[in-house]
This record gives sequence, C-alpha cells and structure tokens, in this order.
Amino acid sequence: MTARSLESGAPLGERAATSSLWTRIWQNDAPGYLFLLPWFIGFFGLTIGPIITSFYLSFTDFDLLTSPEWVGANNYIRMFTNDPKFWASMRVTMMFVIFSVPLKLAFALGVAMLLNRGMRGLPLYRALFYLPSLLGASVAIAILWRQIFARDGLVNDFLSIFGIVGPSWISTPQYSLWTIIILAVWQFGSPMIIFLAGLRQIPQDMYEAASLDGASRWRQFIKITLPLLTPVVFFNAIIQTIEAFKSFTPAFIISGGTGNPINSTLFYTLYLYQEAFGFFRMGYASALAWVLLALVGMFTAFSFLTSKYWVHYDE
Amino acid sequence: MSDVPNRLTVVGERQLTPTQRKLLSVLTHTLLLAVSVFMLYPLLWMLAASFRPENEIFSSASIWPSEWSVDAYVRGWNGLRTSFSVFFTNSFIISGLSVLGNVLACSMAAFAFARLNFKFKNFWFAMMLMTLMLPYQVTLIPQYVLFRQLGWVNTFLPLVVPKFLAADGFFIFLLVQFFRGLPKELDEAAQMDGCSPWRIYWKIVMPLSMPVLATVAIFTFIWTWDDFFGPLIYLSEMKTYTVMLGLRTFTDSTGESDYGGLFAMSVLSLVPIFLFFLFFQRLLIEGIATTGMKR
Repeated sequence: MTARSLESGAPLGERAATSSLWTRIWQNDAPGYLFLLPWFIGFFGLTIGPIITSFYLSFTDFDLLTSPEWVGANNYIRMFTNDPKFWASMRVTMMFVIFSVPLKLAFALGVAMLLNRGMRGLPLYRALFYLPSLLGASVAIAILWRQIFARDGLVNDFLSIFGIVGPSWISTPQYSLWTIIILAVWQFGSPMIIFLAGLRQIPQDMYEAASLDGASRWRQFIKITLPLLTPVVFFNAIIQTIEAFKSFTPAFIISGGTGNPINSTLFYTLYLYQEAFGFFRMGYASALAWVLLALVGMFTAFSFLTSKYWVHYDE
Repeated sequence: MSDVPNRLTVVGERQLTPTQRKLLSVLTHTLLLAVSVFMLYPLLWMLAASFRPENEIFSSASIWPSEWSVDAYVRGWNGLRTSFSVFFTNSFIISGLSVLGNVLACSMAAFAFARLNFKFKNFWFAMMLMTLMLPYQVTLIPQYVLFRQLGWVNTFLPLVVPKFLAADGFFIFLLVQFFRGLPKELDEAAQMDGCSPWRIYWKIVMPLSMPVLATVAIFTFIWTWDDFFGPLIYLSEMKTYTVMLGLRTFTDSTGESDYGGLFAMSVLSLVPIFLFFLFFQRLLIEGIATTGMKR
C-alpha cells in the first residue's frame, strides 16, 4: 500500500487495524465473504454436498422411490466384471476422445497458421470458421448431421457423382462413431481462436532472426512456433479432452437415445443417462459417474505431471 | 537479379519475389475459401432445404430450390401437439433469467476474488478452479434428488436457480481476468472518499466492465439456449419444453415423414444464436481468446 492511502486511512483490509478482533474480521474479511455468498451457497449446496452424496449413493441400490440400500462395492464389482455395456461405452468414449481431440487440434492449429500474420480478410475467415463452434452444440446441428450421413443424405448424394453408392453411415457400426467424430472436428473454431491469440504473442523478430540464419519455414515452425505455443496447446488439449468426455447431445440425437447400432455410439454419458433416467438405477449411475470422475482426474493429473517435460513456459 | 537479393530469396517468406508472394497469397486464399465452403455447405443446404417444396427435399444435393416455399415453416410450427411458440417462449424465459443470474452472481464472486482481500481467498479461488474440471455427472443425481424433493421438477427452477448461485466457474474466471486488469487506483480513490465495497462494485467496476459482461451475457444465452441435457431430465410436460426438447420430440414422432418441417424448426432454433454471432462476433471471439491467455 502507498503512503498516500495510509495517510487518509481506509484501504480495504487495512481499515481499523487497532480495533477489536471482531470489528477487524468484520471490516477486513466480511465484504469478501458477502460478495461470495451466492457462490458459497452454490458451491456447498450444488457441488460439495452432491459430490459427497453421490459417492455414498454409488455404494447403494437406489431407485428414487424407496430409500437407498447399502450394497457395498457391488456396483463397482458388477461394472468391471459383469457389464458388457459398461466396457462398450468405455471403448466408444475412449475412441472418441483419442481421435476427435488430436484431429480437432491439428485442424485448429493448421488453419490458425494459414490465417496468421495479418493477412487480408482475416476477420471474415476467422468468423466463418468460428461459426460451427458456436452452432455445433445445438440439437438442430445433430439433426442435420443425422440427415447428412443417412442413406439418402448429402454425403451419399455427393458420392453418387462419382458412381459410389454409400451406405447409411449412421446405421453402420463401423462408421457411426466417425460421423460424431467428424461433427466434433467440424467445430475446431474455438481452439483455433485461442491458437491465433497465442501465435500473435510470439515475437516477430525471432522469425526474422531465424530466416536470416537460413531456417526454412518448416524448421521455423518446429523450432520456434511449436515450442513457444506449447502452453496454448496444453490448455486447448485439456479443455477439449474434458469437453469430449462430457459429450452427450450428438450421440443422443443421432442414435435416437439408444447408442445403437450395436452400442457403437453408446457414449459413457449416454449409458449413464440410460441407467439413471431410463431404468432409475441411481446407485449404479452414481458409481458410473465416479468412475468417469476418476478417469478425467487421472487424465488431468497425468497431463499436468508430464507437462513439465514438454510445455515450455518462459520466465 | 543482383547477387545479394538472390542469396536472400532462398530463405524466409520476406525475401520472396513479388510474383512468388502473390502466388502464395492466392494459394492460401483458395485453400481457405475451399475449406470455408466445405464447412458451411451443410448449413446452407439445411437452410435451402427448409424452403423447398415437400417433394423436392432429397432430390438433389444442390442448394438452390426450384421454387421457394414457406410451407415447411407453417407445418413445422404446429407440427406437434403444442406449438413451437410455447417452446420458444419457454427457451427465451429460461435463457433470459439465466443471463441475469450469471451476470449478477458471477460478477459478485469475481469482484471478491479480483478486488477484495479476505482470509483463505486463494484457497476458495483454487476450489472454484477445481469445479471447472468436474464432470457434471458427478453432481447430477444428488442434484436431481434435491430438486425433485423441492418439487421443482417440471418447472424452470432447476435450470435457472444454479445460475443465480454462480454455478458456472468459467464465467467467474473470465470476469476475474478482466477485473484484475482495471487500475487499482480507482478502488483506492473511491475508498478514500468513503465508498463501500458494494458501491465500488456497482458504481465503478460494473460500468467499466460492460464489454466482458456482454460476453458473459451472450455466452450464457447461447449455452442455455442450446442446453439439451438439463431440460431433458427436468422437463417432461410438453407445455414446459424448450425449443431443443421440441426438436427432439419432432425427430422422434414425425421427423421421418416431415423432414421439411423438422429442418424449418431447426433453422429457426439457430436464428437467435446466429444473430448474436452476426452482431457480437468480435466480443465472442475476444472472450474465447482471453480465456486461453494468461495476462
């Protein structure tokens, strides 16, 4: 604090330094806690309380109508040893995360590189590429996707120009998940914007120095752009992976809520929804939620722990 | 060409000849345009399909209809037992209240984190950041049980009340980033004049933060408007449906037979989002960009 503010007294947190303890707490800490009051109610009532309850419920059978019945670790044991749908949904979600996130980020970075360096029409392109990100979460887009990849859909219309008769992509088990991966990659706009902002912070003179030394553009990309961009890559990867684990709407709409054909679009979240709100097995669904939390938690911890080996932070 | 520039042409972009540079630029633009058209074609196709006469929807992959017709919109609007005017009204009410809740509650929390000092502030801030990573499924079932016991199922309350409790940490984070950037001298001067924290928040920080508050408002509107999961589990009576639930019911019931009506309603459901995009895209894009950046 400056001398100026001490003279006239009363910056927040320093006022009344000589009065009693309670007055001091009231004047120093109370405003902060009062401003946080709505958040506190939400944090304890809608987050911490439910987390604890959900952990308890995961060890019970609970159908919403009768009170929960303790069954020990049965839900978890059944999940891992005797539930093919659990493994199917795990496989689908893992496939989705492993393919959609890197593809989306590669696209985002590729287009951001093309758009970089203040080219003409940049705001227009940026807006056009961002539009799918903004609209993509909507049910309307999932409906559109269902139609595009149907037997008489847009993709097959296009293929028929070349004399190819395509299948119904959404009802063929090998392809159905890929239609949803394509939908995710289509929404590369928001990580692209974050990449663009990151690229803008790389000092231009580094490239000038490198090109005077005769470094090719590819070498500049590998040696300058990519290392300096790793914090942004890291950020995008974390955010997109968490989003991918949570994805629900496209699979629900495209499969009509079933996760079919033969569970090929049974996302983990969709399976959890079916268990909870289709069969009212709330205990089992809570156990599923905790396994998801463990999975996301492990992934996040792993990323943060390994980040020091590949994420470059300048001092 | 003289010797010196010739040596330079082999290296970075700056030393390309004007012709080469022009060629590169034309290539880049061609590539970008091709990608844009490829990406946006499905959207344009859906828009066009919604204006086609019923018998023509699947006849071709081309965009331009042979004649324009709004029949599909009329059919779609009343395609379900309850008309889409009810669904749109519900969606606007829920989204509007959510905007109000998020702007007030998140800005209050962000003000505390960014501009006030209190015990354990860093601890609570870390807790708030942790909630960002939490998959909503973990709190879903107890929340559902709670709201059901309160008698809130089939009302808008479970969708709106959490917004007034600053449940979305992302917006708190966005606002904290912005509030921290405002000059500290403002608060100090105001305190010397005897301003309470509440007045500093309401009279100084909030008016100075209009751009970021607008960003919060627009994203809240769009995400609430698009939300499917929340309405799906909490709203089961048709008179309480949002547009997204209406669309879903449409696909289940008549969707297979009336694609025109389904597309027309899908297009209409995207209109509010598209308008926000059209008028506020700069704010949205800057909002996205700053969340990824450390100040």
